[in-house]
Amino acid sequence: MASETHETVSACVDSHGGAVGMPQLCSEWMGNQIFWLVVTLVVIFFILSRIALPRIAAVLAERQGAITNDLATAEDLKAKAVEAEEAYNKALADARVEAQNIIAATKAEIKAELDEATAKADAEIAAKAAEGEKVIAEIRANALESIKEVAKDTTKELVAAMGVKADARSVTAAVNARLKG
Amino acid sequence: MATDSQGEETVAHGAEAAEHASEGGGLVFHPMDQFIVKPLFGDGAVGMFTVTNVTFWMALTVLAIIGLLVLGTSRRATIPSRIQSIAELAYGFIRKMVEDVAGKDALPYFPYIMTLFIFIVFSNFLGLLPGAFTTTSHIAVTAVLAMLVFLTVTLMGFFKHGLGFLGVFWISAAPLPLRPILALIEVISYFVRPVSHSIRLAGNMMAGHAVIKVFAAFAPMVTISVGVGLLVTPLSIIAITAIYALEVLVAFIQAYVFTILTCVYLKDALHPHH
Repeated sequence: MASETHETVSACVDSHGGAVGMPQLCSEWMGNQIFWLVVTLVVIFFILSRIALPRIAAVLAERQGAITNDLATAEDLKAKAVEAEEAYNKALADARVEAQNIIAATKAEIKAELDEATAKADAEIAAKAAEGEKVIAEIRANALESIKEVAKDTTKELVAAMGVKADARSVTAAVNARLKG
Repeated sequence: MATDSQGEETVAHGAEAAEHASEGGGLVFHPMDQFIVKPLFGDGAVGMFTVTNVTFWMALTVLAIIGLLVLGTSRRATIPSRIQSIAELAYGFIRKMVEDVAGKDALPYFPYIMTLFIFIVFSNFLGLLPGAFTTTSHIAVTAVLAMLVFLTVTLMGFFKHGLGFLGVFWISAAPLPLRPILALIEVISYFVRPVSHSIRLAGNMMAGHAVIKVFAAFAPMVTISVGVGLLVTPLSIIAITAIYALEVLVAFIQAYVFTILTCVYLKDALHPHH
């Protein structure tokens, strides 16, 4: 063995620094490995159980809470939206009914007004027509009278022109008889 | 076909050449040297408390764990950053494993199991850095881990159930004449557990790293013999890449296997009656 010449060389390492057999089976190093492994495991365990794992658990729980909250809020909002839609539909239906009512009422009102106005106009027209007829009749009567007058006068003159002394009464009678015929 | 046999031949020649070269100083061929424990400062002997490369790489593991699980989550963001997501993923992964495999009453042991998993997974991955020392490739390390689990589970089983814990060896579902034989087998397998538990992890780590090193030793063949090297060098580089990819998988899977087995053993201790 070269351990006399080199202090560093052990039973597991040859003089060139190469491994002798399997380094895994070198009992010289096992104490060192076990010691540092235990130190490492203890450190990792404390880091995990004191800091890392509670923190991650808290983050996950918080996230779960946030998701649950958000879902509940979304559910609420959805219910509200449905409610609002129902209210809207109801308002729409109500408005429609009201509009129908207003339309019907207005139609009836307009019709009544129209009827009244028509009746009034009819009455007025009838009155005017009656008045007109009366005037016409009057005019006609007047005209007849005038014609009689004119015919009498004309006849008197004609008779006079023929040199006959006309009797006013007989002329009138003759004209009247003629006019009647 | 001819090229195949030629390739094999050249590999065989290569191995021979490597062996000769290692004598002559051509190819460096020491796959096990990466597992040597040496002092970090100076050249002294390795005592129990010497600061060694083991200390260094374990300290790096601790720092990496602090970086991920403490600094990464320091903002406690409801909408996590990438690092925080990874930390939460690791947390959820192990917590769910403990809950699913060992049961809800095993949750008080979650920090302990998380410690084991996170230490192994970080050691394995740090060990994959080129030039790294893989702490989990040493049986001394994995044996301590396995013995910790074994002792915890055994002591806890007796503490919780008294002698009723021995029911774990008495398979009441089996026919009565078979039970003593099964009990013997169960006892043996129970005591083999820490052995397989530790050797599985250390063996996987060691084997992969050693194989990579062997292929790495073949890689500079082209500098010794151009004709042989043109074939061997690319082949060994491809092999290194492929095995490295496999090792990345193994690094995680072995940590996972170690942890899930711990959960299974814990379940036996908590509920010894099948």
